[in-house]
Amino acid sequence: MAAYEIEIILNRQLADCLSIPVFITDRKGNLIYYNEPAEEVLGRRYEDTGEMPADEWASIFHPSDEAGNILNPEELPLVKTLKYCYPYHRSFWIQSLNGKKEKISVTSYPILGRSSKFLGAVAIFWQSKDE
Amino acid sequence: MRINLRGVRGSIPTSGPGVKYYGGNTSCVEISAEGWKLVLDGGSGISNVTWHEELNHNRIDILLTHLHMDHIQGLGFCKPFFDPAMEMHIWGPASTTQSLHERLSLYLSPPLFPVHIRDLPCKLHLHEIDKKNFEIGPFKIYSDYIIHPGPTVGFRIHYRSAVFTYMPDHEPALGVSGILEDTRWVSGIDLAKGSDLLLHDAQWTAAEYPQRMGWGHSSMDDAILFASMAAVKHLLMVHHDPGRTDDMLNEMFNEVKNRSAVSFSFEPAYEGMEILLG
Repeated sequence: MAAYEIEIILNRQLADCLSIPVFITDRKGNLIYYNEPAEEVLGRRYEDTGEMPADEWASIFHPSDEAGNILNPEELPLVKTLKYCYPYHRSFWIQSLNGKKEKISVTSYPILGRSSKFLGAVAIFWQSKDE
Repeated sequence: MRINLRGVRGSIPTSGPGVKYYGGNTSCVEISAEGWKLVLDGGSGISNVTWHEELNHNRIDILLTHLHMDHIQGLGFCKPFFDPAMEMHIWGPASTTQSLHERLSLYLSPPLFPVHIRDLPCKLHLHEIDKKNFEIGPFKIYSDYIIHPGPTVGFRIHYRSAVFTYMPDHEPALGVSGILEDTRWVSGIDLAKGSDLLLHDAQWTAAEYPQRMGWGHSSMDDAILFASMAAVKHLLMVHHDPGRTDDMLNEMFNEVKNRSAVSFSFEPAYEGMEILLG
């Protein structure tokens, strides 16, 4: 298999150094890497899962709004970034592995390489400070 | 193809009796075949290129991996630029902000150089490259960005059945985990895969590397690991540190050689070395 573009490789190397959960997808939305803090959010180890298709990772978190309505994948920042090649940010609720609901904020950005080619996207999960 | 190494030193030219064997000129490799000539990088070694020998036309192609000074400082002293009969092609990595012409002009203009690039009498053609396949005469060339500060490419050059890969400035180990086992996550691996000859950055010792991480260069150990993962047949290590004498380089190489068990041959490159491939 061909190697990833260096912009993707460098994003992974950066994610490896961070204490916040980071998810990296290719341009099709396949989850190609997530760091150790992200393993805690997903409840799965990258070593065990390897790559994960978009429909699989998008449904793991059971994302919902303030009122408890389930969010469509199209409303998630990372999915919007993949569709529009633009950064997005949103706070919403997810269900953790033990069933507890948790409010998080997600910031996503597109990886646009030197040739302005869209290569993939990155999502960073933050513990929400919103009231 | 005949490959002549005209400069294998990194960073800044150096001279003196202590560097007589490996040489002190910065990056430049001359490749000749069937009356065509490629020059890889325009470091100070470019002054030793044999310009008109065996050329069957008036075209010469200079391929720049990147525009750091040690890779372009010889361009101003490249004789064919001043010959109106010559057709000169410069290929260099594209940047998101400035054209290749703008970036080269920073050096080829006063006060750094007396002649403006626009005043060079040759017929000059500039080509911006990124991840690209292109052909020059009998050579099929593949370029792609590799890890080094600023836009930097490596070159994979096919001639007949032979493959030569050139990555004089490359840091594939950048990151907390070093070079990752999964080759999909290794910069430059597709360029180097199965090459008959790989010229690769090996400026540091393994002990020096952690203090110089992010500077864009590799240790000898990482160059060997990278070559091993790419299954190359022969590795030549370049970009020798300017502070390293011949004796120091030999000592550094012997130390690495004694603990490396790989199936391919590897050695430090020296200025004036000639290799025939294809």
